[in-house]
Amino acid sequence: MNYLLLIYTNEAEFMGLGETALQKLVGEYADFTKSIVQAGNFKAADRLNPVSSASTVRVRNGKTMITDGPFAETREQLGGYYLIDAKNLDEATAIAARIPGARFGSIEVRPVWQMT
Amino acid sequence: MSEGAGASAIEEIFRLEAGRVLATLIRLLGDFDLAEEAQQEAFATAVEQWPLHGTPANPRAWLISTGRNKAIDRIRRDILFRTKISGELGAVEPNIDAVDAADEEVFGDDRLRLIFTCCHPALNAEAQIALTLREVCGLSTQAVARAFLVSEDTMAQRLVRAKKKIRDAGIPYETPEPSVLEQRIEGVLAVVYGVFTEGYAATVGVRLIDIELCEEAIRLGRLLDTLLPDRAGVMGLLALMLLHDARRASRTSDTGDVVLLESQDRSRWDRREISEGLLLVDRSLSIRGQVSSYAVQAAIAALHVRAEDSSATDWPQIVGLYEVLLRLQPTPVIELNHAVAVSMVDGPARALDLIDSLAARGRVTQYHLLHAARGRLLQKLGRLKEARQAYNAALSTTLLEPERRFLAARIAAIQGICEAPVSG
Repeated sequence: MNYLLLIYTNEAEFMGLGETALQKLVGEYADFTKSIVQAGNFKAADRLNPVSSASTVRVRNGKTMITDGPFAETREQLGGYYLIDAKNLDEATAIAARIPGARFGSIEVRPVWQMT
Repeated sequence: MSEGAGASAIEEIFRLEAGRVLATLIRLLGDFDLAEEAQQEAFATAVEQWPLHGTPANPRAWLISTGRNKAIDRIRRDILFRTKISGELGAVEPNIDAVDAADEEVFGDDRLRLIFTCCHPALNAEAQIALTLREVCGLSTQAVARAFLVSEDTMAQRLVRAKKKIRDAGIPYETPEPSVLEQRIEGVLAVVYGVFTEGYAATVGVRLIDIELCEEAIRLGRLLDTLLPDRAGVMGLLALMLLHDARRASRTSDTGDVVLLESQDRSRWDRREISEGLLLVDRSLSIRGQVSSYAVQAAIAALHVRAEDSSATDWPQIVGLYEVLLRLQPTPVIELNHAVAVSMVDGPARALDLIDSLAARGRVTQYHLLHAARGRLLQKLGRLKEARQAYNAALSTTLLEPERRFLAARIAAIQGICEAPVSG
């Protein structure tokens, strides 16, 4: 099964990290990614630009509206994702637990809709 | 009818085997709904055939293979049907292993798989309990609905949603990996304890005790003790449930009113459950390196049932055990029980301080037993007006009829004292 692991962290805290802490974290992400590539679970991954760069699109009554935002009312924002192939939810959550961001943020584990 | 006895014998076999048959069918067929249908069809076929051809030598294996075959027929029909409309060949042949191995270990493993799946932490707590009662204990949807005091439709929908989550999220039908096994067992124990506590002291309704839930919880505890032997938590929980359940007959009066521990008729306590419970507490506490909070609670219950009468209760040791428990599991309910035990050793004033400090932290103001305990301590201290207020607060936070009657009686008694003319 494919699962999308959505990484939610506090952007402000993340931006406040010093250079050394940031380098260390980047290294941890690289190691983690390498490990799931080797294990055959990796399908895709990306880090996202901060929420301040986001735009929101809605179409209502045929009219397209583009606005700034979303404005993060929640404490944590979507910062990146991994798309993985795992044999079941237990394997997916075990992999999610190894994402460095899980230690200070939270990881939403979403099964990808299966076409039947 | 002469088949009457035969029919009840078949019923008995179904009752005994339903859990194992379903657990194995779910593994073989890889789907809850398919397995439930298969089980029902197998039972229906048995009802038709056994009275005519006799009960098979191994009814369990017969039921499983009949159910499996019925399901395969159904899948084949569905595939054929889909092939006709879409022109595609489906590859949905079920995963069938040899079923005839009537190996207790295999059936045991399947039951554990089912328990761990129903108690998976990715399901919400309510769904875990409902699924366990329905799938592991084999209670009807109607019976589960009654336990939760919801309509049968509501419960049926809740169960459908839970099974959909199992399928869509890919919750495995497996015993967890060793690295997470301990944590997952704790989750299962929490579900079993949840079933028991709802049965032991219902939160709403007219009856204080729901016997069916207590018995199902104890049955589950025994099953876990068989499937996961020599675990401190499992034995501790089973002991705790047995020692509480042993007092069942004496906890309510003939009219369904609450009888407090100190007034209970100890001759009505179930000696068999008590001796089994006492043995399990000792075994649980003797496992080195594992102290289960359930076992500590069971040890407290053991001190209560060991006392010849309530005045012989070893309160200092109970206070000590609550202090151990508070270190393992610092919850407001345990803090409250600790305070009540302290009142028996150091008197009501000291206990009232503890309860007031707990209430000041605002964590349990909606908990009726906190107010009831305060009322009792205030009453002992002769502060009757405040006691009445506390009992009123307790009354306004409980929905359970027997508790309400108990509190109302306390309030009326105080009223009587307050309003009685001063006699010379």
